[in-house]
Amino acid sequence: MTAPTPTPTPAPPYGYVSPIPVRRAHLGDALASEWTKIRSVRSTVWTLGTMVLLMLVIGLGVGAVAASEGGGMSEDSALPLGFFGMLPASICVITLGVLTISSEYGTGMIRTTLTACPSRSRVLTAKAIVFFLLVFTVTLVVAFGVATAQVAMVDAAEPTGAEWARATVGAAGFMALLGLLSMAVGALVRHSAGAITVMIGVLLLPLVAALFMFSPALKGLQEALFTYSVPSQLISLYSARPPFGDSGPAGWETLLILAGATAVGLGGAFALLNKRDV
Amino acid sequence: MIELEGLTKRYGTKTAVDHLSFQVRPGMITGFLGPNGAGKSTTMRMMLDLDNPTSGTVRIDGRHYRELDEPLKYIGALLDAKAMHGGRSAYNNLLCLAQSNRIPERRVGEVLDLVGLTAVARKRSKGFSLGMGQRLGIASALLGDPEILMFDEPVNGLDPEGIHWIRNLMKSLAAEGRTIFVSSHLMSEMALTADHLIVIGQGKLLADTSMADFILQNSRSFVRLRSPQQERLRDVLHGAGFTVVEAGNGTLEIDGASTEKLGELAAAHQLTLHELSPQRASLEEAFMQMTAGAVEYHAHGTDVHGGEPAASGPAWGANSGWDPAPGPEAGQSGEGV
Repeated sequence: MTAPTPTPTPAPPYGYVSPIPVRRAHLGDALASEWTKIRSVRSTVWTLGTMVLLMLVIGLGVGAVAASEGGGMSEDSALPLGFFGMLPASICVITLGVLTISSEYGTGMIRTTLTACPSRSRVLTAKAIVFFLLVFTVTLVVAFGVATAQVAMVDAAEPTGAEWARATVGAAGFMALLGLLSMAVGALVRHSAGAITVMIGVLLLPLVAALFMFSPALKGLQEALFTYSVPSQLISLYSARPPFGDSGPAGWETLLILAGATAVGLGGAFALLNKRDV
Repeated sequence: MIELEGLTKRYGTKTAVDHLSFQVRPGMITGFLGPNGAGKSTTMRMMLDLDNPTSGTVRIDGRHYRELDEPLKYIGALLDAKAMHGGRSAYNNLLCLAQSNRIPERRVGEVLDLVGLTAVARKRSKGFSLGMGQRLGIASALLGDPEILMFDEPVNGLDPEGIHWIRNLMKSLAAEGRTIFVSSHLMSEMALTADHLIVIGQGKLLADTSMADFILQNSRSFVRLRSPQQERLRDVLHGAGFTVVEAGNGTLEIDGASTEKLGELAAAHQLTLHELSPQRASLEEAFMQMTAGAVEYHAHGTDVHGGEPAASGPAWGANSGWDPAPGPEAGQSGEGV
C-alpha cells in the first residue's frame, strides 16, 4: 500500500506563480464585464426589440390617426403623441431592468459573478451604468425618430426647443430611470416573476385604484393617485404646465420625482446586496 | 494558503458551521469530507465571502476575500456546475468573468481548450450535459491561473471518464505547487486523490490529518471466526493470549492474528470452524462511523460509548463497519502519486 503523500509541506509559502500578470481591476473592468453580459443574452435583444417596435408602430399609428383627423391641436405641438408608444414600451424596459439582475439569481450566475468580483457595490454600479446608458441611448434614438415623423405628419404648432428636449432626452431619461428602478426592485426581490409583477403593479395599480374611488372622502387620495401614477407622470413629462388641474408636476419635475424614487430603490438594493448571503 | 479561524454560521437556532479552524496548505490536495448537510458548502461559500460568517474569519494568503481586487488570479472556485447563465454561450460566460478581473481575452480560449470545450465554445451553456457543465465550471476556476483552487463535489454526477479526468487534473495542478481544496461526501474518492484530509460532521471539525495517517489508523485488519463450539473456542483463544471481541451472530473478531495461526490453534483443539476469514475495514465505513458518531453523540448523550470497550480511534461500532473482502477496493490507494 502506497501512501499517497508526495510532499508533506513544500517549503515556499506560495507554491505556484502564474505567468499571467496581475493588473489591478477597477470599475472599468466591471463595466466591460457587464456590457458583455447584457449583450450576450437573448432577453436583451427581445425586450429592447419589442420596445423599439412598440414605439415605432404605435407612435407612427397615432401620428397617422391624428393627421387624418387634422387640426384640433393647433395650440400644441405633435410631440406629446409620443406618450402613446412610450407607455407600452415601458413594460419592456421594466422587464429588461428586472432581468438584468434577477436572471443572475435565477441561474446561479450571481455566485460566480460575486466570486469574480467580491465588491458587490462595484457589480451593482457597473450593472446600473451599463443598463442606464443602453436604455437611454436606444430610447433617445427611437424617440427622436418617432417625434420627427409625428411632427412631419401632423398639422400642429411648431414645437419649441424645450419641447423637443423633453420629448427626446426627457423621454429617454424617464425610460432609463424606470428601468433602473426595476433593476433595484429585481435586486431586492431576487426573483424575476416576482419583481416584474411588483413593477407592473407600480406602473398600473395606482391609476386603476383611483378609477374606483367613488367616495367623496377619498377625493384627495384619488387625485393624488391620478396625478402621481407613472402614466400620468409620463403625460406630464411632455407638458410645460401641470396637465391635470393646477397642481402636480410638469416637464422635468417628473424626471426628478422618478430619479428620487430610483435613488431610494437603488440605495436599498446596495444596502441589502452588501448585507445578504448569496 | 487558506486559514479558517473559529468560523461559525448560524441560521436561527441551527448551527450549520461550528467554530471551524483549519488550514489548507499549498502544494497538495486537501480533501474536505463530510456527509450531506455537514456544512461543507456553507463553509466554502463563507471562504469565498458569498455568505457572511456569524463569527470567525477566513484569510486567503493573509487577506480577506473582499480585499482581493482580482480574486480569480488568487483563487478559482467550482461551486456548482449550474452557476452560469444558461442563455449565454460558454465563451461569453467566461469572457465576462475574465473582463471583470482584467484577464486577457486569449485566456478564455486557452481554458476552453484545456477542458476540451473548444468545439462548443459558441453554444449556449443551457444545452450542456452535466459533465460539460462541470468542465465549464472548472474552466472558469482556471481562468485566472490561480494559486488556490476550490472544488465543491467536482465528481458529482460524472461518468467514469469524467471522474478520471478530474482526478488527474487535480493531481497535476497540485504537482505544480498549487493549493487544492476539494470537498466530497465519498471517502473512496478522497482516498484516491487527497493528500490531506479534513473531516467535518454537523459543522464541527472531526479530523484534520494526513491521508496516510488516516489510512493507517482506520484500515485495521482482523480475523473473523465462527464456530458451533463458540464457548470453547473463546476459552482457547483467551488461553492463547488473544483479545476476542464478540461481534454478534455468533462471530468472534480477533485483532493482530493471522488466519494460519488461528486455524492451526483451532485444529490443535479439534474445534469445528464455520468461518475463518481475514477482514479489513473500508475507509468509507470508517468515515461513516466517525461522522455518525458525531450525530449520535448529540442525540443520545454518552450511550454511543457504552458496551464494549471499543478500539482506539473515533467511535467504532462493535460489529458493523467491516468489509468482508481485503480486496483492492475500499479506498486502499495503490496509486502512489
